[in-house]
Amino acid sequence: MKLDTVENAQTDVNNSSGEEPSEESAFSSIRSFFLEVSLLTKFIVRFFAELFKAPFEFGEIIKQSFQIGYRSFYLVVITGFIMGLVLTIQARPTLISFGAEAWLPAMVSVSIIREIGPVITALICAGKVGSGVGAELASMRVTEQIDAMEVSGINPFKFLVVTRVIASTCMIPLLVVFADTVSLSGSYLGVNLESDISFNLFFNQVFASINFIDVLPAFIKAFFFGFGIAIISCYQGYYSGHGTEGVGRASNLAVVYASLMIFILDMIAAQITNLFM
Amino acid sequence: MQKSADIPGEIVSTLNGGGRVEDDTLVVEVEHLKKTFGKNEVLKDINLHLRRGENIVVLGKSGSGKSVLIRCIVRLIEPDEGKVMILKKNIEELNNDELNQIRGKIGFLFQSGALYDSMSVRENLEFALRRKLKTDSKDRVDMLVREALEDVGLIKDIDKMPSELSGGMRKRVSLARTLILKPEIMLYDEPTTGLDPFTSREICELILKVQKKYATSSIIITHDTDCVKITSNRVFVLKDGKCFAEGTYEDLKSSGNSWINSFLR
Ligand SMILES: Nc1ncnc2c1ncn2[C@@H]1O[C@H](COP(=O)(O)OP(=O)(O)OP(=O)(O)O)[C@@H](O)[C@H]1O
Ligand SMILES: [Mg+2]
Repeated sequence: MKLDTVENAQTDVNNSSGEEPSEESAFSSIRSFFLEVSLLTKFIVRFFAELFKAPFEFGEIIKQSFQIGYRSFYLVVITGFIMGLVLTIQARPTLISFGAEAWLPAMVSVSIIREIGPVITALICAGKVGSGVGAELASMRVTEQIDAMEVSGINPFKFLVVTRVIASTCMIPLLVVFADTVSLSGSYLGVNLESDISFNLFFNQVFASINFIDVLPAFIKAFFFGFGIAIISCYQGYYSGHGTEGVGRASNLAVVYASLMIFILDMIAAQITNLFM
Repeated sequence: MQKSADIPGEIVSTLNGGGRVEDDTLVVEVEHLKKTFGKNEVLKDINLHLRRGENIVVLGKSGSGKSVLIRCIVRLIEPDEGKVMILKKNIEELNNDELNQIRGKIGFLFQSGALYDSMSVRENLEFALRRKLKTDSKDRVDMLVREALEDVGLIKDIDKMPSELSGGMRKRVSLARTLILKPEIMLYDEPTTGLDPFTSREICELILKVQKKYATSSIIITHDTDCVKITSNRVFVLKDGKCFAEGTYEDLKSSGNSWINSFLR
């Protein structure tokens, strides 16, 4: 047995440190922004590195797809229907004043397919999926569940992050298709409130006005939205700070950044699409 | 746990509750470990050697860095300086796959339990087991799960969710979840805190039983004097980020140092 007698002397480590003065706070917030961006980039790179490595956790992907798809389905459908209806009702007076009422189905359908469907769906999912995934992963981090996975030789990144990102990337385009369909039905109702148009005629006009160039970018955009929402939410949750306060913060930031990301991606998508028009 | 076929070698017979272990193979070697959080120097210079089949109890005040120490051993926390060798491999030099392989041989009982909230007790136990056995044989997995839960006396709660369990029950499920993987090295972070004296004793005896049956080597963090007495081959006292004292329970008890005795009362 050995006694470390030197340590008998009370060497109290003074850890009540004076914080840095606030003169550098602007600089440090810029620095922390870039740090955050670089960490997120690393996170995305890691996602792609782990994507093609076994094990593939198919069971978990299916479970998460169901969670993400089902959790947002009703909200997306109801909002989509109302958006279609309202858009039609509000566009009508303007079109009438130009004498272009007959263009109503065409105009509404193009705006739904190209913009409103994907963006509204993505925003709803950013709220619903983002806060859910952000809070779930953060609370797993706080209660050491992620550490527990790691020490039992399970790759938590693969099991938690990769599965959720794949699920979200696949499910959100699907939700967009539902939203578009329901939205067009809402629009049909909106048109019929004031005038009389048959179901066939309405959808004939709709399909006559929609081109491949309208549908494809919207669909691709939806994939990116799905990917972005999940990766940002997972990032916030996975690296959340400790303590229960970290959970609230993670879910909050997940929603804020995911929503912001949707508009930025949308803007980029619009620019790119314009190049091909 | 009835099968003794899994016991590697003949080490079992060399164990005798307290006292020294005769196998000299080192399974965990910690050398000059240092860890600082900001300005908080938690670990300053830790040297710790765990032999095969040995139970080391780590004592120390709350906040002295006991949890940080065992987290450094499994590399949940990256130490600032120093070396950690597990089964003769320097874990700093391992890549992810190799690290996972080594971690597969280590069991870690978290202070908080760390049960997976979204899974039932059964799923919690099956989760890592299925991956380890690489089998889908339902009977085999089911048998092992039941066996492990019986050991901790929770077989009737097999289909409950973690949120429906009491704190002590959660701890016991967590213990079962760790032991079911039959790890070579066990790191227990306060296995008996929050349990009644009766259950505490049962858990300590379970720890001892596991050690003897599977020749596991363990590092046990505990504040429970009975547990120290029952389980320890060697005691390691942590103070101010360094090893303050090291020896068998009897050695320390007879050292006459009042600070140490306040732990072993
Ligand atoms: N992730 C972390 N970040 C910053 N400081 C930490 C972190 N983890 C632990 N610490 C600090 O390290 C010190 C030791 O913590 P540790 O959890 O190891 O204590 P402990 O000895 O296990 O105490 P207890 O017996 O209460 O569990 C504490 O002062 C704590 O504030
Ligand atoms: Mg601790």
